[in-house]
Amino acid sequence: MIRAAGLEKRYGLKRVLRGLDFELQRGGFLVVTGPNGSGKTTLLRLCAGLALPTAGTLEVEPDRSRIGFAGHEPLLYRELTVLENLELYGRLYRVPERRERIGMLLERFGLWESRRERASTLSRGQVQRIALCRSLLHKPDLLILDEPFAGLDDDGAAILDRELAGMRERRTLLVATHDPDRIAPLTSGRLALA
Amino acid sequence: MTRYFGDTAVLARKDLRLELRARDTLPAMLLFVLSVLAVFHFALPSGSSRLAEFGLLWVAIIFTALLGLGRAFAAEREQGLLDGLVLAPCDRSAIWLAKGIATLVFLALAEIVALVAFALFFTPVGWATVAGVVLADLGICAVGVLLSAMAAAGRARELLLPLLFLPLALPIVIGGVGASVADHPGRYLAFLALYDAIFALLAWASFEYVVTE
Repeated sequence: MIRAAGLEKRYGLKRVLRGLDFELQRGGFLVVTGPNGSGKTTLLRLCAGLALPTAGTLEVEPDRSRIGFAGHEPLLYRELTVLENLELYGRLYRVPERRERIGMLLERFGLWESRRERASTLSRGQVQRIALCRSLLHKPDLLILDEPFAGLDDDGAAILDRELAGMRERRTLLVATHDPDRIAPLTSGRLALA
Repeated sequence: MTRYFGDTAVLARKDLRLELRARDTLPAMLLFVLSVLAVFHFALPSGSSRLAEFGLLWVAIIFTALLGLGRAFAAEREQGLLDGLVLAPCDRSAIWLAKGIATLVFLALAEIVALVAFALFFTPVGWATVAGVVLADLGICAVGVLLSAMAAAGRARELLLPLLFLPLALPIVIGGVGASVADHPGRYLAFLALYDAIFALLAWASFEYVVTE
């Protein structure tokens, strides 16, 4: 559940978010749209706990151990292999049956064959798929995705469509995208930032 | 507590593995400390005092440490990875402790080479110098990793780290040189231990505020 009231974020003199009010109920799927610079990424970072509001209130449930986040950066160590990266996060999030969970996600995202390759040697689309695996690794209750389709080819986008459809109603989803029509049938609401 | 040290071990192992793969930091530190000691060997007039010789050793140690600290958060900074660590449900001070352990390993390896080179170029080192170096390393890593994280978040990070670190390293130089040349080095070693305790506690407690906005 996310509840924002009068949410405001400034970076120096620049006001990125101004008096934002919205609520996302548990199990809801809110898509955030808006032009470049409208504050989509800032809003998602606030909800993930990576930034603090300048004014207003923001309540987010659950705590950070149950939040999955995939932003613009894949948050992967380039010198580690796919498996090592996911193992690292799996250990930090204390994922039960970690190896099986990682193997299953890699299969689902079509990355099993690349598991021993270093992240630096993979294509942008593959890296984005691993970033999505990372965000889903601990079966988060709240999943926050910033432009999740960026860099994905048709196969990758289809996998993500399927994943999003599969987790609908089991998880709370907050997704920022330039292409809201793609996931429109899945969403329960739209927040348009100007 | 087991969980805390488990997270620290996972993060420290990751940093050591990254260094084994990339070899960015340790070779540079080794080359730097050898080069600096070689330069000092030729720059210092023959017959110089022990105080001058050990003073230069500690200058070399501090600048070598600075080189390693500058790379402590390089992967996180260059690849925007700090968010991933901050998001993880581990105590954020475990990130500081893990980085400190990894930096300590690199610094200790560089200093083994440095002390051998110092003995060859200048004069053999005694137990008090070695004890001083060990204690100084703890303080350097405790303070340095915190400042490195602060600098990584800033714009002029290459300038910021030395500007923040060198004034705070002054007590380490005073304690280290004192322990190396004094007849009774005990009080200098105690001074270094006190510095370690105070700054480790401060850095441990404040790290969370440095890595979160």
